[in-house]
Amino acid sequence: MTQKSKIDIKGLNFYYEQKKVIKELNLEIPENRILGIFGPANSGITTLLRTLNRLSDLTAGARHEGEILLDGKNIFAPDVNLTELRRRVGMVFDVPTPLPMSIFDNVALGPRMGGLKSKTDLEEKVETSLRMSALWDDVKDRLDTPAARLSGGQQQRLCIARVLALEPEVILLDRPCSALDPISTAKIEESLVQLKEQYTIVIAPHTVQQAGRIADRVAFMLMGDLIEQGYTQEVFSFPKDKRTNDYLTGRFG
Amino acid sequence: MKSFKEKLTERVFLLIALSTLSVLALITVFIFIKGVPIIAKVGIINFVFGMKWAPSQGYYGIFPMIVGSVSVTLGAAIIGVPIAICCSIFLAEFAPAKLRNVFRPAIQLLAAIPSVVYGFWGVLFVVPMIRKFLGGPGLSILAGSIILGIMILPTIISITEVSLLALPRHYKDGALALGLTQWQTIHSLLLPAAKSGIVAAIILGLGRAIGETMAVIMVLGNAVALPQSILDPVRTLTTNIGIEMGYASGEHQQALFATGIVLFVIIMLLNASAQYITRKR
Ligand SMILES: Nc1ncnc2c1ncn2[C@@H]1O[C@H](COP(=O)(O)OP(=O)(O)O)[C@@H](O)[C@H]1O
Ligand SMILES: [Mg+2]
Repeated sequence: MTQKSKIDIKGLNFYYEQKKVIKELNLEIPENRILGIFGPANSGITTLLRTLNRLSDLTAGARHEGEILLDGKNIFAPDVNLTELRRRVGMVFDVPTPLPMSIFDNVALGPRMGGLKSKTDLEEKVETSLRMSALWDDVKDRLDTPAARLSGGQQQRLCIARVLALEPEVILLDRPCSALDPISTAKIEESLVQLKEQYTIVIAPHTVQQAGRIADRVAFMLMGDLIEQGYTQEVFSFPKDKRTNDYLTGRFG
Repeated sequence: MKSFKEKLTERVFLLIALSTLSVLALITVFIFIKGVPIIAKVGIINFVFGMKWAPSQGYYGIFPMIVGSVSVTLGAAIIGVPIAICCSIFLAEFAPAKLRNVFRPAIQLLAAIPSVVYGFWGVLFVVPMIRKFLGGPGLSILAGSIILGIMILPTIISITEVSLLALPRHYKDGALALGLTQWQTIHSLLLPAAKSGIVAAIILGLGRAIGETMAVIMVLGNAVALPQSILDPVRTLTTNIGIEMGYASGEHQQALFATGIVLFVIIMLLNASAQYITRKR
């Protein structure tokens, strides 16, 4: 590919206890593009995304082999600062995860804990982040109400704003729209396409159609194996592997 | 249609449940019947705020004992609460499973030690230490606070730990994914989110402290006077009853029941506020 790769996954194996859920995976993630990783349930996609910012460390009994290079540097190296890694590689989960505090504080928490103290700076950061995730107009008059009062779609956009406020380089989204209605989904997709100008985005789309709408490249995973990857149009129109074709035509999964 | 047998079992269980309730009711009524006349006679203000307790001369003022109970309980809180909270944070957030499996039963064991054993340990160890290093008689508010501070640990630790563990898993994931450190996650997110459970835990612990008798009888010195410092001996509401019940009769005995009423009301208030706080969330 011509685009510079932001993340380079080399020979990744991932285990929960004895169970191998990612098998010898090699994948380059291009900078300033949207990569969609799709596949049936239990393919290991969530595991892969959580490994990219080492949230996987939190799971007891989980271990890996191989390397993941972020701008050429292995994220598993002993001198990697996890806090910094997770700020550079932000994550949005499949269900909205508002924290038990106000809308404002949800977005301000990350920057604040990162050392941003000035009230005006924080306010500015919250506003730009909420604008980028297309939530500002919905909430600008009630920033101090609890985030739990927002609708599901709004909560998810809040989670995206929260990640944007960290000024990450990579944004991981694990089926971010699985709990959302079509209108909210459309709004989120729209903002993602705008965001790729500045960010590298990896998304587990909740449908193949979603991958088709927004992803520049796609990767198909099945039972821990990376079956096939390439430009979205090519993979969707001319899948090289029979299993990809079967999945795309709805023959399983 | 329920069978006769099913109906019968249901009734039997209901009866058993009711009988525990009625025991509570009986005890309450009994204490009040026994205690209220003397309160009525000396007047509630004189009883609660009276400074002199001299049953043989007809003086029934329990204020020094209220001060005793409150000061020892506060002392226990100051000593026990920080330790308990740190312990539960450690157990819920940091301890590896192996260590947790040692700690948890050990803390439960702390709750199983009879209070007389705590008292005994206090007399043989804590009291002489205080006498030696801080002066005074050793039998003191401080000694009682230390003993009670330890005795309330299991209650506070287990409830706090449960409320931390009951928080939705995504709070922690969400916070760590935002690049918060583990410590930032705990103090800026988890502790505030578990606040009501923690406050309830503390209140229940204090209820246990204020009601404790045997251990404190042995280490407080039991003098009926307003203490001037934490190294002075005091008498609490519970120890007053425990010490004098054996030989009291007539009005004196009624006054001890009345002391019980005051204690009963304090503990009820504590428990009710714990319930209120936990329910509010
Ligand atoms: N915490 C865990 N412990 C053990 N096994 C897990 C855990 N999380 C996921 N798995 C297993 O790993 C496999 C991949 O899961 P996951 O990464 O969630 O796949 P996907 O997101 O593609 O559905 C599944 O078989 C799942 O059961
Ligand atoms: Mg998943």
